[in-house]
Amino acid sequence: MGILVGPDSRVLVQGVTGREGAFHTAQMVVYGTKVVAGVTPGKAGTEVTGVPVFDTVRDATQRTGANVSIIFVPPPFAADAICEAADSHVPLVICITEGLPTLDVVKAVRFASERGVRIIGPNCPGVMTPGSAKVGIMPADVFREGHIGVVSRSGTLTYEVVNLITEAGHGVSTCVGIGGDPIIGTTFVDVLDLFRDDPQTRGVVLIGEIGGSDEEMAADLIGRGYPKPTVAFISGRSAPPGKRMGHAGAIISGNTGTPESKLQAFRRAGVYVGDTLDDVVSHLIGLLAERSA
Amino acid sequence: MKLYEFQAKEIFARYGIPIPEGEAASDPDSARAIASRLGGRVVVKAQVHVGGRGKAGGIKLADTPADARTLAAGMLGQPLKGLVVRHVLVERALDIAAEYYLSATIDRMSKRVIMMASAMGGVDIEEVAASHPDKIVKLVVDPAYGPLDFQIRDLITEAGFALPAARAIGGVAHALYELMLRCDASLVEINPLVVTGTGEVIAADAKFDVDDNALYRQKDLVQYREETEEDPIEAEAHRRGVTYVRLSGDIGIIGNGAGLVMTTLDLVTREGGRPANFLDIGGGAQAESVRTAIEILLMDPNVKGILFNIFGGITRGDEVAKGILAGTESLDIRVPVVVRMAGTRSAEGRALLQGTNLVAAAGPIEAARKIIELARAQPAAARSGPESTSGELG
Repeated sequence: MGILVGPDSRVLVQGVTGREGAFHTAQMVVYGTKVVAGVTPGKAGTEVTGVPVFDTVRDATQRTGANVSIIFVPPPFAADAICEAADSHVPLVICITEGLPTLDVVKAVRFASERGVRIIGPNCPGVMTPGSAKVGIMPADVFREGHIGVVSRSGTLTYEVVNLITEAGHGVSTCVGIGGDPIIGTTFVDVLDLFRDDPQTRGVVLIGEIGGSDEEMAADLIGRGYPKPTVAFISGRSAPPGKRMGHAGAIISGNTGTPESKLQAFRRAGVYVGDTLDDVVSHLIGLLAERSA
Repeated sequence: MKLYEFQAKEIFARYGIPIPEGEAASDPDSARAIASRLGGRVVVKAQVHVGGRGKAGGIKLADTPADARTLAAGMLGQPLKGLVVRHVLVERALDIAAEYYLSATIDRMSKRVIMMASAMGGVDIEEVAASHPDKIVKLVVDPAYGPLDFQIRDLITEAGFALPAARAIGGVAHALYELMLRCDASLVEINPLVVTGTGEVIAADAKFDVDDNALYRQKDLVQYREETEEDPIEAEAHRRGVTYVRLSGDIGIIGNGAGLVMTTLDLVTREGGRPANFLDIGGGAQAESVRTAIEILLMDPNVKGILFNIFGGITRGDEVAKGILAGTESLDIRVPVVVRMAGTRSAEGRALLQGTNLVAAAGPIEAARKIIELARAQPAAARSGPESTSGELG
């Protein structure tokens, strides 16, 4: 099962002819993801690794029945790409592009929510349900199919944690990179809600970082009674206030976004927060073993 | 990117938000000249990107041009809350009847622009939020319509702004939203928004943060960047497209991915070291950008050791290794380098680095411990370490 993407996902790639778009389209195809269409305005009729290219999302969806879009369009045009996909009622739009102006994202989120469309990202590695669909840029070879749900604001850190899960002999149900921007379409709380109802997911690893208060919201949700064991990690615990640490969203501003606030929220909710990724993974595996004992 | 108060006020004026009469100065004589042109009592304000200037002695009144000169001389070139003052703003002092608060910012929770108003202006809004949360009124703006007239009226009424000034404040609120959109601001704050004895509404202070992601379409604002950049290495890194944040320690850190780099900083800190920087080579970095990263990092004379933490996804280990080798060949690296490499093509990368004097580490924790130990063993004075490219460590 898993969440968001799976064997029924029919993927459309926006920005398919660009360097990143073409490279990752090939990688997704190799993995076995059903990539049914690409869109680049002005390039209709061409192909990228066997995937037909269309001028518009409307054309692409009408001809191919695509139901997930992944966006590699450059930052100045990416928010418009999100809106274009949403207007064709593609129910899930995953924006990989980093560097979108925040006010463009505000507009795109409004536009998509009006049409009942879910956005993942921007500035994210995508979503992967091992064994059935990779709709993102993550290195597939570290993933194994399994029962641990992973949700993260970071890309590379996610690969690191998935690698640890795999090395420990476990696997991932679905891995969701929600993105490192201040405004993102789908938050920890949304993904936790989805994992709750997914029979394949038995436990969850949440990788948060400084900035904003999405981790605190997730902690509240878990504290009110979340049925699956969940562990957390917070990066940026040594970061100074007021400095943007790479991710546009990773900044402590005033009293919000501090690691202390996030750690306290998780502790209040009874969620284990590890000092290292190894700690986090081994703790969750311990909790899962207790459950099945 | 943060703007100075005087820069923010230039923009305010363009959007019709009234500001006090005044001008910025970078030397004491100019400050005196501005004060004498304004005539009467003036306020001299140190321009730094930090709140609480008043309490720290960065805002002072002067009754004569000579006083203004003396005050400016005392501020310019001096640190204020850790930042060197390069400009002062000299303005006509206001006859203050009331001090309000008005701002527009991006609210992560609602995913929209939020406007805030309070009758408790003139103090740090976070203090108000903590002590009198009911005194801050909020308006979440629908991006499809912008703030509607009645919504602004509600905001102002609920905030308790006194009536004669309310209409003018409504105009300021609309202008604030308009300039936020046009300038891609992530925060615009007027604190205090002053109502004078004669009923005029004036933005006495201005805080203005611009969304870095939007600078490509804010050509007018980019001119402010150079002068606002606090750190020369950060400025150079920015020019070369390297994501670098300077910190106060001595362990240089390079990794791929913001989360991984942040976590590496945390690990080094936890193991008792002090990171010198945050440096993310990003996804899919080529050898040349890795070399550039090392060059940037070594501009900081405090660096006594370099830690590479690479987990290859789209980034390939062999490509990073080539960049590190290019760095050791072309740059005079006199500090120890520890490399932890995993993921895509990491075996090939590690093979390339074998037989050099770079120290390999199996995991991130081991890497952190090794670099701290090696950096400590460095002579404090000079990074006058011996070999740069040869040697037998592995």
